[in-house]
Amino acid sequence: MTRLSSHLLPPQARTASLRLRALLERGLPLTERPWRALAEQCGMSEGEVLAWVERWQQQGMIKRLGLVVRHHALGIRANAMVVWDLPDEHVSEVGRRLAAEPAVTLCYRRRRQPPEWPYNLFCMIHGSHRERVLAALDEIVGRHGLQGIPRRVLFSHKAYKQCGGRYTHEEEP
Amino acid sequence: MSGERVSRPEPAELDDADRRIVNRLQEGLPLCERPYAFVAAELALSEGELLYRLERLLEAGVLSRFGPMYHAERLGGGLTLAALAVPEADYERVIAAVNAFPEVAHNYRREHRLNMWFVLATETPQRIGEVIAAIEAATGLAVFNMPKQEEFHVRLHLPV
Repeated sequence: MTRLSSHLLPPQARTASLRLRALLERGLPLTERPWRALAEQCGMSEGEVLAWVERWQQQGMIKRLGLVVRHHALGIRANAMVVWDLPDEHVSEVGRRLAAEPAVTLCYRRRRQPPEWPYNLFCMIHGSHRERVLAALDEIVGRHGLQGIPRRVLFSHKAYKQCGGRYTHEEEP
Repeated sequence: MSGERVSRPEPAELDDADRRIVNRLQEGLPLCERPYAFVAAELALSEGELLYRLERLLEAGVLSRFGPMYHAERLGGGLTLAALAVPEADYERVIAAVNAFPEVAHNYRREHRLNMWFVLATETPQRIGEVIAAIEAATGLAVFNMPKQEEFHVRLHLPV
């Protein structure tokens, strides 16, 4: 696990990189030279900002510099968490195949909690309404021969608390 | 969603260029001095048009922000998905108790006996256990803790 050993940096640089991280949390400005705009705000050069972000990406602390879409504004009303109870020796292969499906937006292997919760593979499928999500799921089941695998579809009703914590998460699961 | 009665604006109308922009940018921005110019060239748009459309999509609420998706674990923090089986009569009380924890990031109601699902994000991995114990004490319910064991990478976050 590589961690940024910021304690080895001069205090000035440590502060600047912390400021950069805080600024990044708020998002990248919509200007032609967004990194330069951030650099001016945290007392670095544009090149230094790019170097920091590149380092954070290489260390895997930043997964992606992406945009976050709001489901509701796109007319997405149905969000399903589909969970599967797969034999341990197949879960990674099936996980990789499900993740490659365009309808699947997240796919994780998680710890089972038997007997209450036997499921070990979780994926999210979104759509404009339930019927569309279920149709997409049927196609996926057929394509990958998963008819015999126990599964549950848990639609979500309402986001009671959808504010980011300290980090930007993509959605659950 | 069924059971929801909130008046919210109708979905935004996206044209073909908007869709291409949203799909392309969910994959992430390139790390270069002029990332928008780079992506605009890929999409056969001018940099100015791309920026204008992005501003419009942000204003319409289709996009919330550009920014880094952090790996909480790599930052030294803890992250897990947790669930509770909440008796219907107690749902509102339990929601309030759970959401009072700053470590709770998302809280969804789902159709299952395990009907409350939330993400926990903590400063350190050890803190996950402490917060779970505190939630159990505050709610009187057992927390199902389902940490991630493997992540399978999807290419697009949400095709539009």
